[in-house]
Amino acid sequence: MPHTVTRYTLPNGLLVLLQEIHTAPLVSHWMWYRVGSRDEAPGMTGASHWVEHMQFKGTPRYPAGLLDRLISRQGGYWNASTFLDWTVYFATMPSDSIDLVLDLEADRMVASQFDTADFEAERTVIISERQGSENEPLFLLGEAVQAAAFQSHPYRHEVIGSLEDLQHIQRDDLYSHYRTYYRPDNAVLSIAGDFDTALMLERLHQLYDPIPVGGPPPRLAQPDPPLDQPQEVIVEGPGETTYLELAYRGPAAEHPDFWPMTVLDSLLSGASSPSLFGGGISNKTSRLYRALVEKEVAVGVSGDLLATFDPFIYSLGIVLPPDGNTEPALAAVDAEIARLQDSLPGNDEVQRALKQARALFAYSSESISHQASWMGFAELVSGYDWFATYLDRLAQVTPQDVQRVAREYLLPEQRILGLYLPTGEESELDD
Amino acid sequence: MSAAHAYHSLPGPQDITRRQLDNGIVVLFRANFNSPSVVVSGYRSAGGLSDPEDRLGRAEFTAQSLLRGTQRYTFQELYDALESVGASLGFGGGAHTTSFGGTALVEDLDLLLDILAQAIEHPVFPVEQVERLRTQFLTSLAIRAQDTARMASMAFDRLVYARHPYSLPEDGFPETIQAIGRPDLLDFHRLGYGPRGLVIALVGAIQPQQAVEKIDRILGSWRNPDQIAVPDLPPLQRLPGVITDSVTIPGKSQADLVIGAAGPNRKAADYLAASLGNNILGQFGLMGRIGEVVREKAGLAYYADSSLGGGVGPGPWSISAGIDPANSERVIDLIRSEIRRFTNHRVTVDELADSSAHYVGRLPLSLESNYGVASALLALERYDLGLDYYQRYPSLVQSVTREDILAAARHYLDPDRLAIALAGS
Repeated sequence: MPHTVTRYTLPNGLLVLLQEIHTAPLVSHWMWYRVGSRDEAPGMTGASHWVEHMQFKGTPRYPAGLLDRLISRQGGYWNASTFLDWTVYFATMPSDSIDLVLDLEADRMVASQFDTADFEAERTVIISERQGSENEPLFLLGEAVQAAAFQSHPYRHEVIGSLEDLQHIQRDDLYSHYRTYYRPDNAVLSIAGDFDTALMLERLHQLYDPIPVGGPPPRLAQPDPPLDQPQEVIVEGPGETTYLELAYRGPAAEHPDFWPMTVLDSLLSGASSPSLFGGGISNKTSRLYRALVEKEVAVGVSGDLLATFDPFIYSLGIVLPPDGNTEPALAAVDAEIARLQDSLPGNDEVQRALKQARALFAYSSESISHQASWMGFAELVSGYDWFATYLDRLAQVTPQDVQRVAREYLLPEQRILGLYLPTGEESELDD
Repeated sequence: MSAAHAYHSLPGPQDITRRQLDNGIVVLFRANFNSPSVVVSGYRSAGGLSDPEDRLGRAEFTAQSLLRGTQRYTFQELYDALESVGASLGFGGGAHTTSFGGTALVEDLDLLLDILAQAIEHPVFPVEQVERLRTQFLTSLAIRAQDTARMASMAFDRLVYARHPYSLPEDGFPETIQAIGRPDLLDFHRLGYGPRGLVIALVGAIQPQQAVEKIDRILGSWRNPDQIAVPDLPPLQRLPGVITDSVTIPGKSQADLVIGAAGPNRKAADYLAASLGNNILGQFGLMGRIGEVVREKAGLAYYADSSLGGGVGPGPWSISAGIDPANSERVIDLIRSEIRRFTNHRVTVDELADSSAHYVGRLPLSLESNYGVASALLALERYDLGLDYYQRYPSLVQSVTREDILAAARHYLDPDRLAIALAGS
């Protein structure tokens, strides 16, 4: 690591990660809460994401309009994101303006109002957001596959929540969700950029020391038992394009198998970055691209291995050509998986995956915003060392490891096959 | 906090290298030793505007074919070389240009540049690869037909740019993609590709002299006497009134709405005033005035914002929203009211101060990554902004007045002459 990271816990339990980088006059500030769809019971799906929206509705000290205005005026960029395991609020600012973000983020950890009118207006906004997602075949297919992949674990529902829950959640329930999980000892603050660590710590003490310890919040999630039989889910919808999603249970981010699965994914579907900013390179020499696209049974293939707190799914997505058939595509995927299970991959192939990871890691560490993001993200899913040792852990993966995880995780009897079958309705111009 | 050195790191004549090679290629470079990576991006004048109407998509098809095989490398050899070192390279066709972008670890820069040069100078368009690409294009067009935002945008372009090449999508239609043959691709490459109008920006961890020498070595000897000039744009006709179009796409939960008209080109004298005005109208904070009225107050959309697309030609100045189809009339009324207010009254002193501060303050952030810097360098060249543009930028922004914004708003937007396009169920 080129820069030293300071890891510090405030008296109330707020974990702070600081990294001074003086290459540009910027500071990037990321406040992470350990709450996401993983913490939502049936009836409250979508609550974490809705709370995220409400956090932009203001506090008595920072009313909504003022909040946006102050940040934007300084040329800062800010937004938020809710995921399976976490919710994050981020801002990258000119370094002489960062105190504004420090102050308002501490303020809205405890002081958001959840005004009833704002809450109701946001209900329709979020339903509109969901409707936008529903326009996408891949969202509909992914939602169905996720529901089939888990029996009771909250990972079975989409982060945005079900339409029914979004229509029925009440203000007080949402406020309670906020108060339960927005606690200093349930948060991680990662900051990178042009600041002085000692002065930053002093300021953080001033801002956060008055906020009391919250105590451990309740956790709902219990790992599901393994799937005991293959499942097939079919989603029908408009369009002319057939999509396939094949999902297998995957390892959690901190499980030792996460690293060989990363290499496996690189071999099968191409290298991709696990960072929050995603990114990747083309995958035209990956095994599945050669077997599917080069053989003209599909026009695109991708793999998705997410770094999550609990075991989630490893999925493969396939797009068929017009009038394409699912059978040859599935047969080609099965054959490639069997090849990986039956024959050791070459060491050169594993080394190639490592080089790809090293490049992607460099790209994803390029900016101050990315550095701050990486620190907090790693801490949330496993621990800061997850980031610091990322490339070292990958370098230890052997061809035998890759073959072993192929045999353990990519089991046909534990596979969910999702099919999006188009109904063939076409768009029409209205005169 | 440490003192901010707000603009000490902005690109300028002191750290941008610009060289024109003997064959006309312009090279722009800025060093960045904070990352072990390097970015190469650029553009070449000649794009979809040259496409015959029955071969729409030819420029895009050509661009996508460049890495499908060259005189020296097969498709798999090209991608094996790139992907083995975690490098990437891609080409895309626009209306006026074909652009490219790639990245690699600096230790692999020579490899990246070699493949870039092979692809743009010596593509061979293998028949099998062309046919495979055709199938992929047709799939993309089928997906596009289901995309409410894309279909609304295309309907909007048909209204605003009637009888103008901007009315046509650069990725074509299924029938035009079917009609494009390998000879069309070869012709377009022979006549449209050459060193004239080629601009390459390189940003990363090497020395300036090395950067220029590397580009000169791989592309400095390229000549193409057949290269044709880029066609001029025809004049644009004024909208006759409020005109509407809608596209029905069955089975969609959300509809996409686009409202607006043609805006300024990037070199127009009032571009910066229009841009600041647009920021106030539908971007500042959480989407400016439009976001405040449509999303925050009425709760009628997840997104509702405005954009100004000024480039080489008069790109659209439009307001977009993703809405429940049942609310479309209400949202259209709200947006038209905001356009009327925007064209009748000056923005407030505070609004202009906010947006000006935002524009000046965000500049370092937009230049944080190698890609951001490369894009900024290309903009300097493309729009003749001058190497000191980013250092002059704060004073340029601060010189824009409320009157300038009102004049620009009135010049381009008229609440009674608008195009309104809607796509959804």
